Amino acid sequence: MSMLIKFLVAAVGAGTPLLFGTVGEILTEKTGHLNLGVEGMMSIGACIGFMAGYYTDNFFIAILAGAAAGALGALIYAVLTVTFMANQNVTGLTLTIFGIGFANFIGIFVLSKSPEGTLKLPEKITAAMRGGNIPALSKLPVVGELLFSYSPFVYIGIAIAVACAWYLNHTKAGLSLKAVGENPGAADAAGIKVTSVKYRNIILGGAICGIGGVYCAMIINGGVWISNNVGGLGWIAVALVIFANWQPAYAIWGSFIFGALRVLKYYIPQSVLPFPIAFYDMLPFLITALVLVISSMRKSGRINLPAALGLNYFREER
Amino acid sequence: MSNGAGNRQNEPFARVVKRAELSTGKIVLLRLAAVALSLIAGGIFIACVGQNPFVIYGTIISGAVRSVMAFQGTVKVMIPLLVTSLGVTLAFKMKFWNIGGEGQIIFGATCATFFALFCSGMNHVLLIIVMFLAGFIGGGLWGLLPAIFKVKYNTNETLFTLMLNYIALHIVSYLRDGPWMDPGSQGFPKIARFDKNASLDKLFGVQFGWLIALLLVVIIFVYIKYTKQGYEISVVGESQDTARYAGMNVKKIVLRTMFLSGGICGMAGMLQATGSDITLTTSVAGGVGFTAIIIAWLAQLNPFSILLVSFLFSVLEKGSSVVQSNYGLSTDCADVLQGIILFFILGCEFFIRYRFLFRKKEGTK
Repeated sequence: MSMLIKFLVAAVGAGTPLLFGTVGEILTEKTGHLNLGVEGMMSIGACIGFMAGYYTDNFFIAILAGAAAGALGALIYAVLTVTFMANQNVTGLTLTIFGIGFANFIGIFVLSKSPEGTLKLPEKITAAMRGGNIPALSKLPVVGELLFSYSPFVYIGIAIAVACAWYLNHTKAGLSLKAVGENPGAADAAGIKVTSVKYRNIILGGAICGIGGVYCAMIINGGVWISNNVGGLGWIAVALVIFANWQPAYAIWGSFIFGALRVLKYYIPQSVLPFPIAFYDMLPFLITALVLVISSMRKSGRINLPAALGLNYFREER
Repeated sequence: MSNGAGNRQNEPFARVVKRAELSTGKIVLLRLAAVALSLIAGGIFIACVGQNPFVIYGTIISGAVRSVMAFQGTVKVMIPLLVTSLGVTLAFKMKFWNIGGEGQIIFGATCATFFALFCSGMNHVLLIIVMFLAGFIGGGLWGLLPAIFKVKYNTNETLFTLMLNYIALHIVSYLRDGPWMDPGSQGFPKIARFDKNASLDKLFGVQFGWLIALLLVVIIFVYIKYTKQGYEISVVGESQDTARYAGMNVKKIVLRTMFLSGGICGMAGMLQATGSDITLTTSVAGGVGFTAIIIAWLAQLNPFSILLVSFLFSVLEKGSSVVQSNYGLSTDCADVLQGIILFFILGCEFFIRYRFLFRKKEGTK
């Protein structure tokens, strides 16, 4: 039983960076723009957020800095694909390569200037991000550990996902966003400011991805900076968008399931299921590929893939 | 769009219109301007970290070509980049978004490695040929898989090829940790170094893959430009409906082209494993599949431009390692500069095809 609780807690932790990346990418893709730069935006967010935390020792400044950095990365993407109508795949990939390179470069640069030879977050911020200290609640047996023991990132992530679900399904701005992603021409004719909707949501999506990056930099390695700390999670997030069927609410359990898949190998003894470790590492990608294939086979109306995904919108070519 | 005089305040401040075709000279000039701007932006970035950009740029170039050995190193970096870029070009010409170069490299290398490990007693020339075919077929099948689902169920190929990258990667880590683990490594998970018989020969101090890569440039150029199949690829890329109307078998063309595209990427993997690494590691592709997409795009899918751009990118990567040892800036600098250059080129393409039209100031409000 305690093993199971440990496993679930670990799964939620491992799923949290995915949750940010997935929700950010859902908002982006709903505009009709497939941004393959999630990994890059998360890396930039990781780097800037970590450095802000390192120098200010303030958790909220770190998160804001990470979000701003992710948003800035998304802004580059938005300028190139929305205004300059550049190819989305290539722009996104470039953003990924640039972002990872930038984060590693800055990390090593700051590291070379630091007197201790390592970059470790100061005490106060480490305590703030570790969490699990909600008065009374965290001490409850089972429930305390399952619901109230997490780092603040987990609650921020869930709150953002819920807010985005509400924004997409119950607000006028969300409706405009969906209209733009389905048929920008029709949305334009209906008086929706297509360019502005695209910019706003792509940048917002980038900011959310950036916070996911801060998680990677601060939590995964216990507050010590290492290169490549996002390590492919951004790509899993791109995959999770499909798994979550472009619904922020599904992204919550989707990312926790994928988090469980990521930590499964530590909890299933080889004697029970003699699968090699590599198989568990492959599982998230294998399942996503299957979801992709099966959902395209069914071709049913339940797929929420935005109809105009990947197509740039040029007003005079309607 | 209303241009009526009475409606002036409703006209947007700036709007985008298509422009007439620019002359080739002007297009080249515009692209060169973009590259120049990107180098300035990169220079500002370098200056921000307290280095002299001119010195750094100078070191990158001299570091890559200052000696025969440095140049050989640059060529070694270039081989997989060039071959993979040529591979993805075929798919891109067809507007099939093959983001799976990485996985095709890995799977091709894996198939070739099978023969390197278990058939190393074979006649050398025969073994190399067999490994070539294995790399080509392995990569080709890895590319064919998403194509099959694309033509059959219209499965999104961008995302599917992306997933296949990681599946291939973990197949290698499985083989490394289990069946193919080097028995002489005392439990450390790695695949054994290939037998000398199974490694590529050198020509002028570099594995002869460079010769194959150069030949491939010409072959792909001829294939795209002068063969029926190459023409079919272009037509399918422009419009599948047109291709169908002209009586082409679109499905067959997509499958065939993706097999070739993946196969060439698989060859790049085979060359990297047997020519440079002399073993199979999980980093056999090492991001080449992604960089190749950037190269192919920068070069406008023209094989000879790809040769030039992949050489320049190799100079950037090789030179950055010299910058690292001399000035302590990490080699990630190369990725940053590559990214900046492509951002500017992507932006500049817009100005080749379109221009902004600003609201005229004349008249009263």
